[in-house]
Amino acid sequence: MAVCVAVIAKENYPLYIKTLPNENELKFHYTVHTSLDVIEERIHSVSKNTNDLRELYLGLLYPTEDYKVYGYVTNSRIKFIIVIESTNATIRDNEIRSMFRKLHNAYTDMVCNPFYTNGDIIEST
Amino acid sequence: MLSGLSCLLFRLENAFYELAQAYYHHESRVVKAHRDHLNKTTHALLFVRHQFKVAFYNELKQDSHTALKHYRQAYLHLHELRITDYNLLEIKTNSCIVNFKICKLCFEHNTPLDAISQFRRHVDIYKSKIGTADLAFEHSAWMSKQFAVFGDLFEEAIRAGLTAIQTQHPGFYYQEAARYAIARKQLCRGLCPAELKYPASDPLAEADKMEYYGQRPWRQGHQSLEAPSVQKEREGIQALQYRECQVDHSWLVIPLLSSAIAQFKKYKSPRMKRYLVVQMGEEYYHAKDYSKALALLGRVTWEYRSERWWSILTNILQLSLRCAYLVMSFEEYVTVSIELMGRYAQVPREEKIRIQMNLHKIFQDEVPEPEHGCEHDSVEKGRALWTTISAGGKSRSPIVVEMNSITAFVECKACFTADSFLCESPVTVKLGLHSFAPMPIRFSQLSVRFSNEAYNQFGIVVDENAVDDPIESTSYLKPGQTLWHTFQFIVEQDDVDCNLSIAGVDLVLGSLEGCCATLRWTDGGGDAIVHPFATQVHRKKVALNADFSVVSWDVLPSNYSTHISPREANLDVQLLQKGPALVNEFYLMTVSITNTEVAQISNVRTSISVVTAVADAVATAQPNTFLYEDIDLPCSQLISMPLLEELKPNQKVDNVAYVRCVDSGARLMCIQVSYQIPIDISGKMSMCNCMKEITSSIEVCEPFNITVSLTNMKFEKIEKVQLGEAFLSRMEVKCLSPWPVALQGSSLNLAKLVKFADEESLSQLTDVSLKQNDCAVEFRCLLSSGQTPSEIDIGSYSIEWRRVQNGAAVPFASTTVSLPTVEAEPIPLSLHVDMPAYGHMKAVLPLTYLLHNQTPFVQDMEIAMESSEAFMLSGHKQLFFRILPDSQHILRYNLFPLFPGYVTLPRLRVNMVRYSGVLDQLLSSVVPTHIFIKVCMVL
Repeated sequence: MAVCVAVIAKENYPLYIKTLPNENELKFHYTVHTSLDVIEERIHSVSKNTNDLRELYLGLLYPTEDYKVYGYVTNSRIKFIIVIESTNATIRDNEIRSMFRKLHNAYTDMVCNPFYTNGDIIEST
Repeated sequence: MLSGLSCLLFRLENAFYELAQAYYHHESRVVKAHRDHLNKTTHALLFVRHQFKVAFYNELKQDSHTALKHYRQAYLHLHELRITDYNLLEIKTNSCIVNFKICKLCFEHNTPLDAISQFRRHVDIYKSKIGTADLAFEHSAWMSKQFAVFGDLFEEAIRAGLTAIQTQHPGFYYQEAARYAIARKQLCRGLCPAELKYPASDPLAEADKMEYYGQRPWRQGHQSLEAPSVQKEREGIQALQYRECQVDHSWLVIPLLSSAIAQFKKYKSPRMKRYLVVQMGEEYYHAKDYSKALALLGRVTWEYRSERWWSILTNILQLSLRCAYLVMSFEEYVTVSIELMGRYAQVPREEKIRIQMNLHKIFQDEVPEPEHGCEHDSVEKGRALWTTISAGGKSRSPIVVEMNSITAFVECKACFTADSFLCESPVTVKLGLHSFAPMPIRFSQLSVRFSNEAYNQFGIVVDENAVDDPIESTSYLKPGQTLWHTFQFIVEQDDVDCNLSIAGVDLVLGSLEGCCATLRWTDGGGDAIVHPFATQVHRKKVALNADFSVVSWDVLPSNYSTHISPREANLDVQLLQKGPALVNEFYLMTVSITNTEVAQISNVRTSISVVTAVADAVATAQPNTFLYEDIDLPCSQLISMPLLEELKPNQKVDNVAYVRCVDSGARLMCIQVSYQIPIDISGKMSMCNCMKEITSSIEVCEPFNITVSLTNMKFEKIEKVQLGEAFLSRMEVKCLSPWPVALQGSSLNLAKLVKFADEESLSQLTDVSLKQNDCAVEFRCLLSSGQTPSEIDIGSYSIEWRRVQNGAAVPFASTTVSLPTVEAEPIPLSLHVDMPAYGHMKAVLPLTYLLHNQTPFVQDMEIAMESSEAFMLSGHKQLFFRILPDSQHILRYNLFPLFPGYVTLPRLRVNMVRYSGVLDQLLSSVVPTHIFIKVCMVL
């Protein structure tokens, strides 16, 4: 299971960050924030090369000693980030992908809500 | 000589090299031979030792691939050993050395991936092998060392030419090293009590002269699974813990962090770098270097703020606040407090209240409460600093807080209520202050600064009430409420037609006499970083004149700049003219100004200029319109009329000007009238500048259509002229002007190769007056004087004219057309006929033909004179003769007319033998065919 899930706006500010309740939340804020470096770099290197449709799923961004950080960028440059523990060997790439897909669907549903203004902080109930 | 020496050196080197290699080879063989006698169960330790020895000899032998192989085996053997708490340190120490060797050789072999995977394996194996719980810090120290050393190796390889990528570079290893170093510090804090004493028996005495790496000094050479003496073991641990306490951990962490920062900077990871800077700041904080921590944290807050990661920002600010308290940095303390009280700080309300109370205390010259979580002795020092300052009685120097760069608890939005103001009406500025502080707060002064400092005096509000007085007044801000101020003032005349903007807003916190902080916004506040980017775009814009008190604070407009427009001019200006104007004439225009203002105006300045359309300006580089203030004065593109000192209401003045256009088409004239009028602005009379500008169009047309054609002497149209032969130029002037035009005369300005056939040629169009569509025609007799056949330019024709109605007041204008160029051709023979204009019946009519040979050759000629019924004729009927070059032959005939009237002359046929057939056509244009014979009245 993921320890942290984040939705980051196009302008790189956090729309939504959720961590496991007993974890040090701030540490994950930093982890998610620093992973934006890698995401930005990937987006730039892709957009420079081709105009083709980009793969939304960016895969493993970078491994730290304790966590693995995965990234996903929508076409409107909304970034999804999932952090899982390095020791957790049960989650495979495919499962990460499907998690992102679900997250993307949930985000799309939320944007369709007429009471949501684009760019506002996401409140989860 | 030199090459000989180097050759010898080379050979000597080789000799030594071979010797050394042979030696190392031999040594490794010896070790290998020894190894064959070992068995795995009893000599497991020696297996490691022997493989390492072999590998090391091979390395010295410069056979690094074999060396790597043996190092790897040594590592495997090491891994097979049984690990207990008592030999763990020794195993880790040795595996550390072997791992270092393997990684180093892998990097040297340019297989960095092997090095990285070896290192990962190494770390994974030993990560969980902590060993004795009391010495857990030793493990962290060891892990930190592993990462730091690998980072160094990696960096060295990069310096030798390896390329690293953003997600795999030494920075990560330095970062991990720093993380373990921090963990070591925390473990040390937990495990080593401060009151620990170094044991008297000194178990670490022999630590420097041990035979084997990684063994405990108090039980060297001991290989059993149990400790030999529990007492000694305990003392040894105590001694190690005591030593650990002496280590300054922060100074281990900080260099590692700064190495990592350098790497992340190099590999384009600004956010990771920023995170490490924060960690470094925290470490300085732990090392009690608070001012350095404050400086480091201050460097990164801006980025977190602009990217709007509020939780991280809050965390940094809280730490900064502690540092600022501990070093008593007044300015930082106030700035950070202001930001932590703001709406984006993720701080509980109670904490915000506490911060606000502290802020309040500061401005009362009291000592603020210490922040939580600080070290006890540092708090004491910090408190002492604050106390001495406040007890000293002298106020701190006022500070300025730049509000545009922080997300403060008070927000400001200033706005002009319109995009432009007339100079006679007061300018209105609305300024809203909105507080997000948890408690009400009072400011002592609010001032708005304008781009023109003269108006600053109108934008000041001072609150005289005491800071802790809860009376509602002009600068008492309640939480979540907006306080509106409206400022009004009249602009000065110098600022008319200029932009006026809000340069800044200053809000003074604390008493003006005592300790105070000025919160300064540049522009009118409403900072962009505060607002979500998207909402700014999507939400509806609020009109400037709306009632702001009902609008939500976030969507309020901010309008920092306005235009001061001049007063509406009340003047009737007209350009009187009777169009169309004619090309080249001095065209009279009258500018009529009527004062329709209520008061007398003064300093009336009028100017006329030609408006050049942008497209035209490029096409016609040369001006085609000239303005004259008077006919005698030089022309210009802009003329000014004489200054009128004053003009009473309903008084009217006319000014005249002339315009001359050199081609036809419409012209746009711009007339500007500026004047001053005294007006009453809220009880004060002041002179106000006004300006009226009108544009008026003038149609310009050509006065004449002049057509020029050439004819021969018989008035027949010709296309070519003959050299040396006279011809006529026919000028037809058709009047197009709707006004009658008087022609004063005409003139021909002939080119070089053309001259008048007569001595003087007078104009036939003198004092002629033409109405529209009238035509005047004149002929001029010309002669081409050239020698060679060519296109000749005849010259130009100009007529002097003026409108009949203008009379003598206006000088003559002149219209010039250029005459056509014609082809001039040479003729071999020219023929002149000399005869009277008419003859009388039965009287002698002498007729002379003069033939001129124009060629440079002798010409054979034959002529024949045909007989005619109308004449009797004497002279040669038929003749052959020669004409020398450039000489003449004269033929004389006497004719005797028999009939009156317009009769046919006897026809002369001339034939040149050399140019047979050519002459007939040539001569027919010259030789007259008829003559008028009068009846003789005498008979």
